[in-house]
Amino acid sequence: MSALTIKGLCKSFGGLHVTTNVDLNVEPGERRLIIGPNGAGKTTLFNLITGELTPDSGSIELLGQDITHVPSRRRAHLGMARTYQIITLFARDTIIHNVTLALLGLSPSRWNPLIDLRRQGHFVENAQKALEQVGLGHIANRPLAQTSYGERRRVEIAMALTQNPKVLLLDEPFAGLSIDERRDVHQLLLAIPRDVTIVMIEHNMDVALEFAERITLLHFGEVIVEGNRAEVVADPRTREVYLGH
Amino acid sequence: MTFWLVLTANSITFGGLLFLLSAGFSLIFGLMRIPNLTHGSLFMLGAYIGATFVIGMFGVKLNFWLAAVLATLTVAFLGALAERFLLRRLPGDQLAQVLVTLGLSFMAADFCLIVWGGDPLSVATPPELGGFARLGVLVFPNYRLAIIVIAAIVAIALWLLLERTRLGAMIRAGVDDPDMARVVGIRVSQLFTIVFALGAGLAAFAGIIGGPILSVYPGLDQDMLPLALVVVILGGTGSLLGSFVGSIIVGFIYNFGQALLPELAYFVLFLPMLLVLLLRPQGLFGRHVP
Amino acid sequence: MSGRYFALGIAIVALATLPNWMTGVYYINVASQILFYAVFALGLNVLVGYAGLVSLGHAGLFGVTAYATGYMLQLGYGHPIAILVALIVSLFAMAIYAALSLRSTGIGFIMITLALGEILWGLAYRWISLTGGDNGLSLQTRPEPFGYSLSDANAFYYATLVVFFLSLGAITIFVHSPLGAALKGTRDQPRRMNALGYHVWAIRFIACLFSGLLTAVSAILFVYYTQFISPQTLALTSSAEVLLMVISGGAGTLLGPIFGAGLVVVVKTVVSGFIERWNFLLGAIFVAIVILMPEGLVPGSVRLWRLAWRKRERAAKVVSGGAEAKP
Repeated sequence: MSALTIKGLCKSFGGLHVTTNVDLNVEPGERRLIIGPNGAGKTTLFNLITGELTPDSGSIELLGQDITHVPSRRRAHLGMARTYQIITLFARDTIIHNVTLALLGLSPSRWNPLIDLRRQGHFVENAQKALEQVGLGHIANRPLAQTSYGERRRVEIAMALTQNPKVLLLDEPFAGLSIDERRDVHQLLLAIPRDVTIVMIEHNMDVALEFAERITLLHFGEVIVEGNRAEVVADPRTREVYLGH
Repeated sequence: MTFWLVLTANSITFGGLLFLLSAGFSLIFGLMRIPNLTHGSLFMLGAYIGATFVIGMFGVKLNFWLAAVLATLTVAFLGALAERFLLRRLPGDQLAQVLVTLGLSFMAADFCLIVWGGDPLSVATPPELGGFARLGVLVFPNYRLAIIVIAAIVAIALWLLLERTRLGAMIRAGVDDPDMARVVGIRVSQLFTIVFALGAGLAAFAGIIGGPILSVYPGLDQDMLPLALVVVILGGTGSLLGSFVGSIIVGFIYNFGQALLPELAYFVLFLPMLLVLLLRPQGLFGRHVP
Repeated sequence: MSGRYFALGIAIVALATLPNWMTGVYYINVASQILFYAVFALGLNVLVGYAGLVSLGHAGLFGVTAYATGYMLQLGYGHPIAILVALIVSLFAMAIYAALSLRSTGIGFIMITLALGEILWGLAYRWISLTGGDNGLSLQTRPEPFGYSLSDANAFYYATLVVFFLSLGAITIFVHSPLGAALKGTRDQPRRMNALGYHVWAIRFIACLFSGLLTAVSAILFVYYTQFISPQTLALTSSAEVLLMVISGGAGTLLGPIFGAGLVVVVKTVVSGFIERWNFLLGAIFVAIVILMPEGLVPGSVRLWRLAWRKRERAAKVVSGGAEAKP
């Protein structure tokens, strides 16, 4: 059973086709990289997978279950987690509260209006653990507004990891990071165990190519090339997509 | 039979007046993306100021039309000040801007009470438009016919402004896509001031033109603002045609509603607005969703 | 931290003993008004401050409860039944209000709630056979919970105070609960919350019901206080006033709406004895706060106080440091 299977996925806005007949098959534990020039439709594909956009046609299967018509809020409960290209964290709160919200989203307690959230030990503990995993345990109580960009990227990853996802979607996790920060995040991602399948969108080739096992190249919403690192790099169509000839 | 004819004629007149009120509201909503909750107060201010010029100040009585122009310019100027010094301090924060217009409406309403007191002012019909016209079986006041003509003239003038001038093109660009407009070099914040002033002036003009029919009284702002709201939601924000069609529709609903279903008059007026907001938020001809 | 509890303790004691040290029935009545308007403001704050949804039609819901109470009493029912029916009717009204207005957020939400408020006002004004129109409905008596009469100002004040504390307790628990945290999350990042597994619409709907409950409770206190309900209570200006209470005090805080209610009620009652045109003053305060201190007077004052305190500390350090540097 594959981790994530997409068949014939199509989406257009008016006359603009942003996703055209995309097929994708990601095996459990795989590290898949999705690349393509700007406007290739990579983030749109992620939005379709997470359910924030509804496809015009095609199907999406998560761990053998058809989730094409499952509302996006349920997909988190089915084992899907995602980070965003543009950081969308809760700026009014502390780092640990951000991670707590990610934990709470999967818990039936989120409907409880009576207990005090600050006193729920298991949330605090697990959130702290997730922060330590990404190296931010020492500043757990710092307001998000007082953190650096690199630290916020790591908070995003902590939030995704704390959900114990089976499929993790990372949208440009290295964007805007310094060389040192990129190295740290890379180490972080390498440490993620194999029971988590990772699909990553990235522009930053040096780190991403090292990380990926299989690569899918998108252009104008279509899959152009797919294969392992060597195959994709050698393929003449890759050169064509990026250099125009 | 005459009853229905009079009702219809009154509906068209009222629609004309509503157009003068709502056109500005629609432009402001379309360009600045905020419902200007001060709009009713601007209508009332224009009516009070115009009425004062007509009735006479310091022994000087002004011609009705001159009074109307002066009132319009005064309120347009006040609108420009409000936008420049208050709304512009909250760029992009539409919610805060709406709240400021709400606060200003409180201030304007009380200001009118302070200056003009609690008694209604009646505004005499300009003598050259007094009397009645005979249209078949219908005997109809000349002034009410004049309102229809004035509304039509203003509608054409606004249309020419929007479609045939550079300013109009900039306004339309701003309504469609303010970010893109900025990128292309249009000074959107200046445009905001101009459009807000224009909207304020139009509201004031509507106020004094409506004076002979509605008179001027405390609470006039509370009566007119919801009507402008309904017109623009029905017709669509940022659309002149929408304001025109919406005004006529609301003119009819308002008058027929008052006459036939007085107990449900407001219900009949706001229900269509609610339905539009729920089912087709951009209205009949709107450029975008509020 | 302990300073905060100390201040809270003093406030509770002061409020509980108010009829003892506040002289004059007039001022005790003002205190009662501040308390039930505070409950109204706290109810609106659930939406404005914690859900990020600005409602401009809340006075309409307030009116529904007040009219329902008055109408039931007119039909001859006793107070307990009247209150119970009024609460049930209000919850239904709020459910419909929420279902309609939650189709949108932001400016769209404001417009829909404004329209709903106007519809309710229009019905109160024109459906004369039901509401008495402009004449309104009059109440004859006040309830007698556990045999205590509420007809004098002191007794009514105590009853209002108890309800106020219960309401404040309820909202405090809610704000610190998981559901409260989820609601605040939907205010700040609704899209993200959806992706994290939260049912954003349902959370907002529940918040609306909670807001409606507090609004209904305050309306019941109001209608028993004034013994009268008329359409003016449902007008747009009334919705704007309670919004002013929330925003001037500080949306999204617990003390803000209470302070805001105090501010508006004091201006309307006490200050209006000196300044006739207090609406102008209210409007000016509102505009000033939105532009200069948008977080509200309570958080804004705390922030300024802290700034001033830090400046004094720094100045003191400079002085002592300079003194030490001298040989």
